[in-house]
Amino acid sequence: MSDSLRGTWVIAYRELLRFIRERSRLASALGMPIIFLIVFSEGLKRQIGVLAMGVDFVKFMYPGIIAMSVFINAVFSGLSVVWDREIGFLKEVLVSPLTRTGVVLGKAIGASAIGLIQTLVMLALAPIFDVSLSLKIVLELIPIVIVLSLAMAGFGLLIGSRMRSQQGFQVLVQMVVFPLTFLAGVFFPVNDVPRWMEIISKLNPLTYGVDAIRRICLAGEVPRGALASSHPIIGVTVFGHTTTTIEDVAVVGLLGAALLVAAIFSFNRQV
Amino acid sequence: MSYEPKTPLSPASVITAAGLARNFGHTRAVRGVSFDVAEGEVFGFIGPNGAGKTTTISMLCTLLAPSAGEATIAGYDIAVNRSEVRRSIGLVFQDPTLDEYLSAIQNLRFHAYAYGMPKRVREERIRELMTLMELWDRRDSAVRAYSGGMKRRLEIARGLLHHPRILFLDEPTLGLDPQTRHRIWEYVLDLQQRETLTIFLTTHYMDEAENCDRIAIIDEGRIVALDRPEMLKDSLGGDVVTLRVEDGEAAVAELLTRHKLSSALEGDVVSFSVPQADEFVPELIRGFSSKILSVTIQRPTLDDVFLSLTGRSIRDESPDPKQQLRRFVNTPGMRAQTR
Repeated sequence: MSDSLRGTWVIAYRELLRFIRERSRLASALGMPIIFLIVFSEGLKRQIGVLAMGVDFVKFMYPGIIAMSVFINAVFSGLSVVWDREIGFLKEVLVSPLTRTGVVLGKAIGASAIGLIQTLVMLALAPIFDVSLSLKIVLELIPIVIVLSLAMAGFGLLIGSRMRSQQGFQVLVQMVVFPLTFLAGVFFPVNDVPRWMEIISKLNPLTYGVDAIRRICLAGEVPRGALASSHPIIGVTVFGHTTTTIEDVAVVGLLGAALLVAAIFSFNRQV
Repeated sequence: MSYEPKTPLSPASVITAAGLARNFGHTRAVRGVSFDVAEGEVFGFIGPNGAGKTTTISMLCTLLAPSAGEATIAGYDIAVNRSEVRRSIGLVFQDPTLDEYLSAIQNLRFHAYAYGMPKRVREERIRELMTLMELWDRRDSAVRAYSGGMKRRLEIARGLLHHPRILFLDEPTLGLDPQTRHRIWEYVLDLQQRETLTIFLTTHYMDEAENCDRIAIIDEGRIVALDRPEMLKDSLGGDVVTLRVEDGEAAVAELLTRHKLSSALEGDVVSFSVPQADEFVPELIRGFSSKILSVTIQRPTLDDVFLSLTGRSIRDESPDPKQQLRRFVNTPGMRAQTR
């Protein structure tokens, strides 16, 4: 097996091993999305109830929170690099024959696997939120969650390859990732917000990721009118064109590929 | 002061370095070091903190690109054949590099996977080394529950797992108590014999340097001396012998005429320098005509060698404060808080 291929699976394997062995991490990775789901849906459903186009707010938000959890989990794969650097373990990896490319891909794949586990746990809660699921929906979601995870892991790893302290990484995540997540249409449709917010949201690649997941989850739930309107609740309307699921995934996928290449390049520079 | 290689190049050199240098901005951490290490040798890099020891190791292990010069490890160029170099070496770093959340055996398995060891060899080798390091009974404990000495032993076991030809030890006993240090050395030298390993180590403990076949004394990024520890000590003019005698004048005269040694007299105490005093003194006593009341032999230490070469004592150097802080922050309790 080549050093790159072996690197990929060895590193991914360790990410999963750490995920399982470190109880606080396991608890926060699975607990945080569940808390988000329950708190936001219970807290907001009486206030908001049904959105303009007849879509129940909780059903609208549910796929958004899945996407948000996947993003945040994947970005934090970059933090695991900084953490490895701080505890010294990164040196053990860097002095081994594994290639830097393998290390980056392994971290990204590890993050995707954890993202998938999170997603499945959240999907198991669907009946609580009155969202009907089918095997088809779950199978369609899996590749999308993987693409989103790889893309956001690329972003996290690019930052992580340059950062020396966990605090620095956290600050950056709070200043960049959280605002982008909130502006990605997790809690409200991006087609019907003030102009300035609409522009930021539609430039924000996360918006397309949220939309892809929402389209699949709500395939059977959204009334025809909601799609046909000039301000559709799902789909991102750019210059009059409303994106399809494939287009959404393509936007995230292309950006993700660029970020992963940049992360590999940046990793290779540290010898 | 510059160093001229005195030892001829051995045909079986496993490490060669020629003019290896590294700058960090305007700081010249390593200013062109050249040396060769023979197969099976225990070679020490000795010097105070900040002398450039770790920087040199990092370059040899492909973790840092040299600013100038070249080096080969097991015949592979460190700048060109990085992957082959990495396979040929085992490394124990100055700071801990274990994953404390994994168990000891998981840390070793990770290493075996990373080096692509076949399963049968892997499990056998893990068992062999863990037994040797007396860690087998604690193999399933999380590393964070290990003591400092156990972690070091585990790191040494890990460094040797993939049958490297050369083991690099960067300050292998830093921060350990004297008894543990002694045990670590027993393990290392035992392994070196078993596996015909070449060991390259750095230390600023002069007593540890005595375990080396040859040492290079490094100061401010340069090698100021390189030889066997005994030779370095002899280069100071040998051991200092102090005799208390009944008749000082007669003893001084006898030393000069019979042994061609000039000595100093103070009251009834005669002192002089001679190489290999341990062999010389019995012979001296056998044929000495004036009565000797007591004898002391003082072997110069490597610290004396360092002092004579640099004008400073290596022990004057306190560990650099940043490093102390890092060690403090890296203790498990502190780590949990920064998480």
